[in-house]
Amino acid sequence: MIGAGKIKQYTNVLDKPLSKGKQEVSLGAFAYLFSELVQYNQTQVDNIGELEKRLEDAGYAVGTRVLELLCNREKGNRRETRLLGILSFIHSTVWKVLFGKVADSLEKGTEHEDEYMISEKELLVNRFISVPKDMGSFNCGAFVAGVVRGVLDNAGFPAVVTAHFVPVDGQQRPRTTILIKFAEEVIYLFIYMYM
Amino acid sequence: MAPAVPRSGDAIFANVERVNSELFTLTYGAIVRQLLTDLEEVEEVNKQLDQMGYNIGIRLIDEFLAKSNVTRCVNFRETAEVIAKVGFKMFLGVTASVTNWDSEGTSCSLILEDNPLIDFVELPDTCQGLYYCNILSGVVRGALEMVSMKTEITWVRDMLKGDDAFELQCQLVNYPGGENLIILFTCLILADQRV
Repeated sequence: MIGAGKIKQYTNVLDKPLSKGKQEVSLGAFAYLFSELVQYNQTQVDNIGELEKRLEDAGYAVGTRVLELLCNREKGNRRETRLLGILSFIHSTVWKVLFGKVADSLEKGTEHEDEYMISEKELLVNRFISVPKDMGSFNCGAFVAGVVRGVLDNAGFPAVVTAHFVPVDGQQRPRTTILIKFAEEVIYLFIYMYM
Repeated sequence: MAPAVPRSGDAIFANVERVNSELFTLTYGAIVRQLLTDLEEVEEVNKQLDQMGYNIGIRLIDEFLAKSNVTRCVNFRETAEVIAKVGFKMFLGVTASVTNWDSEGTSCSLILEDNPLIDFVELPDTCQGLYYCNILSGVVRGALEMVSMKTEITWVRDMLKGDDAFELQCQLVNYPGGENLIILFTCLILADQRV
Protein backbone atom coordinates (compact mmCIF):
# COMPACT_ATOMS: atom_id res chain seq x y z
CA MET A 1 0.00 0.00 0.00
CA ILE A 2 1.33 3.42 -0.91
CA GLY A 3 2.11 5.60 2.06
CA ALA A 4 1.60 2.75 4.49
CA GLY A 5 5.12 3.22 5.79
CA LYS A 6 4.30 6.71 6.97
CA ILE A 7 1.92 5.62 9.68
CA LYS A 8 3.79 4.47 12.70
CA GLN A 9 2.25 1.34 14.10
CA TYR A 10 2.03 0.75 17.82
CA THR A 11 1.00 -2.76 18.56
CA ASN A 12 1.51 -2.44 22.27
CA VAL A 13 -0.06 0.37 24.23
CA LEU A 14 3.10 0.67 26.32
CA ASP A 15 5.19 1.46 23.26
CA LYS A 16 3.20 4.59 22.65
CA PRO A 17 4.63 7.83 23.96
CA LEU A 18 2.63 9.15 26.91
CA SER A 19 0.26 11.86 25.70
CA LYS A 20 0.77 15.37 27.01
CA GLY A 21 -2.84 15.48 28.10
CA LYS A 22 -3.70 18.53 26.04
CA GLN A 23 -6.35 16.89 23.90
CA GLU A 24 -9.91 17.89 24.51
CA VAL A 25 -13.41 16.77 23.69
CA SER A 26 -16.58 18.79 23.99
CA LEU A 27 -18.25 19.02 27.37
CA GLY A 28 -21.41 17.79 25.65
CA ALA A 29 -19.76 14.53 24.65
CA PHE A 30 -18.70 13.89 28.23
CA ALA A 31 -22.10 14.86 29.62
CA TYR A 32 -23.92 12.44 27.29
CA LEU A 33 -21.53 9.64 28.18
CA PHE A 34 -21.83 10.30 31.90
CA SER A 35 -25.61 10.39 31.74
CA GLU A 36 -25.56 7.00 30.01
CA LEU A 37 -23.35 5.68 32.80
CA VAL A 38 -25.86 6.87 35.39
CA GLN A 39 -28.87 5.58 33.47
CA TYR A 40 -27.34 2.19 32.84
CA ASN A 41 -26.45 1.77 36.49
CA GLN A 42 -29.94 2.81 37.47
CA THR A 43 -31.24 -0.27 35.67
CA GLN A 44 -28.94 -2.51 37.68
CA VAL A 45 -29.89 -1.47 41.20
CA ASP A 46 -32.81 -1.45 43.64
CA ASN A 47 -31.95 1.55 45.75
CA ILE A 48 -30.02 4.81 45.86
CA GLY A 49 -27.27 3.38 48.03
CA GLU A 50 -26.42 0.70 45.48
CA LEU A 51 -26.54 3.23 42.66
CA GLU A 52 -24.06 5.48 44.44
CA LYS A 53 -21.90 2.46 45.18
CA ARG A 54 -21.80 1.50 41.51
CA LEU A 55 -20.99 5.03 40.39
CA GLU A 56 -18.27 5.12 43.00
CA ASP A 57 -16.83 1.88 41.68
CA ALA A 58 -16.70 3.33 38.18
CA GLY A 59 -14.96 6.41 39.56
CA TYR A 60 -12.53 4.28 41.53
CA ALA A 61 -11.36 2.66 38.29
CA VAL A 62 -10.75 6.13 36.86
CA GLY A 63 -8.92 7.28 39.99
CA THR A 64 -6.54 4.32 39.91
CA ARG A 65 -5.48 5.20 36.39
CA VAL A 66 -5.34 8.94 36.96
CA LEU A 67 -2.88 8.46 39.81
CA GLU A 68 -0.64 6.29 37.68
CA LEU A 69 -0.84 8.64 34.72
CA LEU A 70 -0.22 11.84 36.64
CA CYS A 71 2.60 10.45 38.77
CA ASN A 72 4.32 9.53 35.54
CA ARG A 73 3.66 12.72 33.69
CA GLU A 74 3.64 15.50 36.24
CA LYS A 75 5.77 14.24 39.06
CA GLY A 76 8.65 12.40 37.39
CA ASN A 77 7.38 9.04 38.62
CA ARG A 78 7.23 10.09 42.24
CA ARG A 79 4.28 9.43 44.46
CA GLU A 80 3.22 11.43 47.50
CA THR A 81 3.81 9.71 50.81
CA ARG A 82 2.49 12.43 53.07
CA LEU A 83 -1.14 12.92 53.90
CA LEU A 84 -1.24 16.63 53.15
CA GLY A 85 0.85 16.07 50.05
CA ILE A 86 -1.56 13.60 48.53
CA LEU A 87 -4.55 15.75 49.50
CA SER A 88 -3.16 18.82 47.81
CA PHE A 89 -2.15 16.65 44.86
CA ILE A 90 -5.82 15.72 44.47
CA HIS A 91 -7.09 19.21 45.16
CA SER A 92 -4.81 20.84 42.61
CA THR A 93 -3.15 18.48 40.14
CA VAL A 94 -5.86 15.85 39.73
CA TRP A 95 -8.68 18.40 39.73
CA LYS A 96 -6.89 20.61 37.23
CA VAL A 97 -6.30 17.78 34.80
CA LEU A 98 -9.76 16.25 35.07
CA PHE A 99 -11.93 19.33 35.47
CA GLY A 100 -9.75 22.12 34.12
CA LYS A 101 -9.58 23.99 37.41
CA VAL A 102 -8.31 23.65 40.95
CA ALA A 103 -10.99 22.57 43.43
CA ASP A 104 -12.69 25.44 45.24
CA SER A 105 -11.53 24.45 48.68
CA LEU A 106 -9.76 21.84 50.75
CA GLU A 107 -10.54 21.86 54.44
CA LYS A 108 -9.90 19.79 57.50
CA GLY A 109 -12.95 18.64 59.41
CA THR A 110 -13.38 20.57 62.64
CA GLU A 111 -14.95 17.79 64.65
CA HIS A 112 -12.90 14.80 63.60
CA GLU A 113 -9.15 14.48 63.16
CA ASP A 114 -9.53 11.98 60.33
CA GLU A 115 -11.88 13.96 58.11
CA TYR A 116 -11.06 16.22 55.20
CA MET A 117 -13.34 17.92 52.71
CA ILE A 118 -12.97 19.03 49.14
CA SER A 119 -15.72 21.39 48.07
CA GLU A 120 -16.81 22.48 44.66
CA LYS A 121 -19.45 25.07 43.90
CA GLU A 122 -20.57 23.38 40.71
CA LEU A 123 -19.09 19.94 40.22
CA LEU A 124 -18.67 19.07 36.56
CA VAL A 125 -20.65 15.85 36.78
CA ASN A 126 -23.54 17.54 38.58
CA ARG A 127 -23.76 20.33 36.09
CA PHE A 128 -26.57 18.94 33.95
CA ILE A 129 -28.11 16.75 36.60
CA SER A 130 -31.20 17.56 38.58
CA VAL A 131 -32.07 14.94 41.13
CA PRO A 132 -35.78 14.10 41.30
CA LYS A 133 -37.44 14.53 44.70
CA ASP A 134 -38.05 10.81 45.19
CA MET A 135 -34.35 10.10 44.91
CA GLY A 136 -33.61 12.13 48.00
CA SER A 137 -29.96 12.57 48.75
CA PHE A 138 -28.63 10.88 45.61
CA ASN A 139 -25.54 12.68 44.35
CA CYS A 140 -23.77 11.98 41.08
CA GLY A 141 -20.70 13.32 42.80
CA ALA A 142 -20.37 9.71 44.02
CA PHE A 143 -18.46 9.19 40.79
CA VAL A 144 -15.96 11.89 41.73
CA ALA A 145 -15.83 10.53 45.28
CA GLY A 146 -14.85 7.25 43.66
CA VAL A 147 -12.08 8.98 41.70
CA VAL A 148 -10.75 10.50 44.92
CA ARG A 149 -10.91 7.17 46.71
CA GLY A 150 -9.16 5.47 43.80
CA VAL A 151 -6.28 7.94 43.94
CA LEU A 152 -5.97 7.78 47.74
CA ASP A 153 -6.27 4.03 48.00
CA ASN A 154 -3.65 3.35 45.35
CA ALA A 155 -1.31 5.88 46.89
CA GLY A 156 -1.52 3.98 50.16
CA PHE A 157 -4.07 6.06 52.04
CA PRO A 158 -7.22 3.97 52.35
CA ALA A 159 -10.27 6.11 53.08
CA VAL A 160 -14.04 6.19 52.89
CA VAL A 161 -15.08 8.93 50.49
CA THR A 162 -18.61 10.22 50.04
CA ALA A 163 -20.26 13.08 48.19
CA HIS A 164 -22.85 15.38 49.74
CA PHE A 165 -24.91 18.37 48.73
CA VAL A 166 -24.48 21.35 51.01
CA PRO A 167 -26.95 24.22 50.58
CA VAL A 168 -25.37 27.65 50.24
CA ASP A 169 -27.11 30.85 51.39
CA GLY A 170 -28.35 32.93 48.50
CA GLN A 171 -27.53 30.28 45.91
CA GLN A 172 -30.15 28.26 44.14
CA ARG A 173 -27.96 25.21 43.68
CA PRO A 174 -26.14 23.55 46.55
CA ARG A 175 -22.43 23.01 46.41
CA THR A 176 -20.96 19.52 46.48
CA THR A 177 -18.65 18.45 49.24
CA ILE A 178 -16.48 15.38 48.92
CA LEU A 179 -15.98 14.05 52.42
CA ILE A 180 -12.84 12.01 52.99
CA LYS A 181 -12.65 9.91 56.13
CA PHE A 182 -9.27 8.23 56.44
CA ALA A 183 -8.79 4.76 57.82
CA GLU A 184 -7.38 4.57 61.33
CA GLU A 185 -3.93 3.38 60.31
CA VAL A 186 -3.46 6.37 58.01
CA ILE A 187 -4.08 8.84 60.82
CA TYR A 188 -1.86 6.81 63.11
CA LEU A 189 0.97 6.97 60.58
CA PHE A 190 0.41 10.63 59.99
CA ILE A 191 0.36 11.64 63.60
CA TYR A 192 3.18 9.47 64.86
CA MET A 193 5.59 9.41 61.98
CA TYR A 194 5.41 12.77 60.35
CA MET A 195 4.41 15.19 63.04
CA MET B 1 -34.30 36.89 9.18
CA ALA B 2 -31.45 35.83 6.92
CA PRO B 3 -30.86 32.08 6.84
CA ALA B 4 -28.07 31.08 9.19
CA VAL B 5 -24.88 29.96 7.50
CA PRO B 6 -23.73 26.43 8.41
CA ARG B 7 -20.68 26.61 10.63
CA SER B 8 -17.53 24.59 10.28
CA GLY B 9 -16.67 21.90 12.79
CA ASP B 10 -13.52 23.74 13.83
CA ALA B 11 -15.41 26.95 14.53
CA ILE B 12 -17.98 25.17 16.68
CA PHE B 13 -15.39 23.13 18.55
CA ALA B 14 -13.42 26.29 19.29
CA ASN B 15 -16.50 27.88 20.85
CA VAL B 16 -18.06 25.09 22.88
CA GLU B 17 -17.00 24.28 26.41
CA ARG B 18 -14.49 21.47 26.45
CA VAL B 19 -13.11 18.95 28.90
CA ASN B 20 -9.85 17.04 28.99
CA SER B 21 -10.17 14.00 26.76
CA GLU B 22 -8.53 11.82 29.40
CA LEU B 23 -11.52 12.20 31.73
CA PHE B 24 -13.73 11.19 28.81
CA THR B 25 -11.52 8.26 27.82
CA LEU B 26 -11.15 6.90 31.33
CA THR B 27 -14.85 7.26 32.06
CA TYR B 28 -15.67 5.36 28.91
CA GLY B 29 -13.17 2.69 29.94
CA ALA B 30 -14.91 2.41 33.30
CA ILE B 31 -18.25 1.94 31.53
CA VAL B 32 -16.91 -0.80 29.28
CA ARG B 33 -15.32 -2.56 32.24
CA GLN B 34 -18.57 -2.39 34.20
CA LEU B 35 -20.48 -3.85 31.27
CA LEU B 36 -17.98 -6.68 30.89
CA THR B 37 -18.37 -7.56 34.56
CA ASP B 38 -22.16 -7.32 34.51
CA LEU B 39 -22.97 -8.99 31.22
CA GLU B 40 -20.08 -11.45 30.94
CA GLU B 41 -20.71 -12.14 27.22
CA VAL B 42 -18.74 -9.94 24.83
CA GLU B 43 -21.66 -10.05 22.38
CA GLU B 44 -24.00 -8.64 25.01
CA VAL B 45 -21.54 -5.86 25.78
CA ASN B 46 -21.42 -4.93 22.08
CA LYS B 47 -25.21 -4.74 22.08
CA GLN B 48 -25.40 -2.65 25.23
CA LEU B 49 -22.73 -0.22 23.99
CA ASP B 50 -24.65 0.18 20.75
CA GLN B 51 -27.84 0.83 22.70
CA MET B 52 -26.15 3.45 24.86
CA GLY B 53 -24.78 5.09 21.73
CA TYR B 54 -28.25 5.10 20.22
CA ASN B 55 -29.67 6.78 23.33
CA ILE B 56 -26.96 9.42 23.07
CA GLY B 57 -27.46 9.86 19.31
CA ILE B 58 -31.15 10.64 19.59
CA ARG B 59 -30.40 13.42 22.07
CA LEU B 60 -27.14 14.62 20.59
CA ILE B 61 -28.73 15.44 17.23
CA ASP B 62 -30.60 18.36 18.85
CA GLU B 63 -27.42 19.96 20.11
CA PHE B 64 -25.79 19.26 16.78
CA LEU B 65 -28.51 20.93 14.72
CA ALA B 66 -28.80 23.86 17.12
CA LYS B 67 -25.10 24.65 17.06
CA SER B 68 -24.14 23.82 13.50
CA ASN B 69 -26.91 25.61 11.56
CA VAL B 70 -26.82 22.66 9.18
CA THR B 71 -30.08 22.29 7.31
CA ARG B 72 -31.56 19.29 5.57
CA CYS B 73 -28.96 17.46 3.50
CA VAL B 74 -29.87 16.89 -0.14
CA ASN B 75 -28.47 13.36 -0.22
CA PHE B 76 -26.63 10.77 1.78
CA ARG B 77 -23.30 11.95 0.38
CA GLU B 78 -23.74 15.34 1.94
CA THR B 79 -24.94 13.75 5.17
CA ALA B 80 -21.81 11.62 5.44
CA GLU B 81 -19.56 14.63 4.84
CA VAL B 82 -21.37 16.62 7.51
CA ILE B 83 -21.00 13.79 10.04
CA ALA B 84 -17.32 13.38 9.28
CA LYS B 85 -16.31 17.03 9.11
CA VAL B 86 -18.72 18.75 11.50
CA GLY B 87 -20.18 16.07 13.79
CA PHE B 88 -17.04 14.27 14.83
CA LYS B 89 -15.08 17.50 15.12
CA MET B 90 -17.69 19.26 17.18
CA PHE B 91 -18.00 16.54 19.81
CA LEU B 92 -14.73 14.63 19.80
CA GLY B 93 -12.36 17.17 18.31
CA VAL B 94 -11.29 14.83 15.51
CA THR B 95 -12.30 14.68 11.87
CA ALA B 96 -13.07 11.59 9.87
CA SER B 97 -12.81 11.08 6.14
CA VAL B 98 -15.43 9.53 3.89
CA THR B 99 -14.53 6.95 1.25
CA ASN B 100 -15.60 3.70 -0.40
CA TRP B 101 -18.83 4.99 -1.93
CA ASP B 102 -20.91 2.44 -3.76
CA SER B 103 -22.35 3.42 -7.15
CA GLU B 104 -25.83 4.29 -5.78
CA GLY B 105 -24.41 6.58 -3.13
CA THR B 106 -26.12 4.70 -0.30
CA SER B 107 -23.11 3.11 1.34
CA CYS B 108 -19.82 4.60 2.44
CA SER B 109 -17.08 4.30 5.01
CA LEU B 110 -16.15 6.78 7.71
CA ILE B 111 -12.44 6.51 8.45
CA LEU B 112 -11.11 7.66 11.80
CA GLU B 113 -7.38 7.77 12.36
CA ASP B 114 -7.56 9.54 15.69
CA ASN B 115 -9.98 8.30 18.26
CA PRO B 116 -9.98 9.72 21.77
CA LEU B 117 -11.86 6.68 23.09
CA ILE B 118 -8.92 4.32 22.76
CA ASP B 119 -6.09 6.13 24.54
CA PHE B 120 -4.51 3.77 27.07
CA VAL B 121 -6.52 0.81 25.78
CA GLU B 122 -5.30 -2.63 24.85
CA LEU B 123 -7.74 -5.45 24.18
CA PRO B 124 -6.95 -8.58 26.19
CA ASP B 125 -7.18 -11.97 24.46
CA THR B 126 -10.48 -12.75 26.15
CA CYS B 127 -12.12 -9.69 24.58
CA GLN B 128 -11.14 -10.12 20.95
CA GLY B 129 -14.79 -10.16 19.88
CA LEU B 130 -15.43 -6.81 21.55
CA TYR B 131 -16.09 -3.76 19.42
CA TYR B 132 -14.63 -1.38 21.95
CA CYS B 133 -15.92 1.73 20.21
CA ASN B 134 -19.35 0.33 19.45
CA ILE B 135 -20.90 3.29 21.21
CA LEU B 136 -19.84 5.47 18.27
CA SER B 137 -21.76 3.44 15.72
CA GLY B 138 -24.81 3.65 17.98
CA VAL B 139 -24.48 7.42 18.18
CA VAL B 140 -24.31 7.80 14.39
CA ARG B 141 -27.25 5.42 13.90
CA GLY B 142 -29.40 7.14 16.53
CA ALA B 143 -28.64 10.64 15.30
CA LEU B 144 -29.39 9.73 11.68
CA GLU B 145 -32.64 8.06 12.66
CA MET B 146 -33.80 11.36 14.12
CA VAL B 147 -33.39 12.96 10.72
CA SER B 148 -35.36 10.12 9.13
CA MET B 149 -32.42 8.12 7.83
CA LYS B 150 -32.36 4.47 8.74
CA THR B 151 -28.84 3.13 8.56
CA GLU B 152 -26.97 -0.04 9.31
CA ILE B 153 -23.50 0.51 10.65
CA THR B 154 -20.73 -2.06 10.89
CA TRP B 155 -17.10 -1.97 11.91
CA VAL B 156 -14.73 -2.93 9.14
CA ARG B 157 -11.39 -1.94 10.63
CA ASP B 158 -10.42 -1.49 14.26
CA MET B 159 -7.11 -0.10 15.48
CA LEU B 160 -7.37 -2.13 18.66
CA LYS B 161 -7.27 -5.24 16.51
CA GLY B 162 -4.13 -4.16 14.70
CA ASP B 163 -5.63 -2.24 11.77
CA ASP B 164 -4.22 1.12 10.74
CA ALA B 165 -7.47 3.06 11.24
CA PHE B 166 -11.07 2.77 12.35
CA GLU B 167 -13.50 2.16 9.55
CA LEU B 168 -17.24 2.44 10.06
CA GLN B 169 -19.31 1.27 7.16
CA CYS B 170 -22.60 3.12 6.89
CA GLN B 171 -25.31 1.58 4.76
CA LEU B 172 -28.43 3.64 4.15
CA VAL B 173 -31.37 1.27 4.49
CA ASN B 174 -34.24 3.52 3.64
CA TYR B 175 -34.84 7.20 3.59
CA PRO B 176 -38.51 7.98 3.98
CA GLY B 177 -37.66 11.65 4.51
CA GLY B 178 -39.04 12.62 1.12
CA GLU B 179 -42.53 11.38 1.95
CA ASN B 180 -42.48 13.06 5.32
CA LEU B 181 -41.59 16.30 3.64
CA ILE B 182 -44.63 16.09 1.36
CA ILE B 183 -46.92 15.42 4.32
CA LEU B 184 -45.40 18.36 6.14
CA PHE B 185 -45.95 20.66 3.19
CA THR B 186 -49.54 19.50 2.82
CA CYS B 187 -50.15 20.30 6.48
CA LEU B 188 -48.59 23.74 6.05
CA ILE B 189 -50.74 24.50 3.01
CA LEU B 190 -53.88 23.38 4.84
CA ALA B 191 -52.94 25.48 7.83
CA ASP B 192 -52.36 28.44 5.54
CA GLN B 193 -55.77 28.13 3.91
CA ARG B 194 -57.49 28.09 7.26
CA VAL B 195 -55.97 31.47 8.08
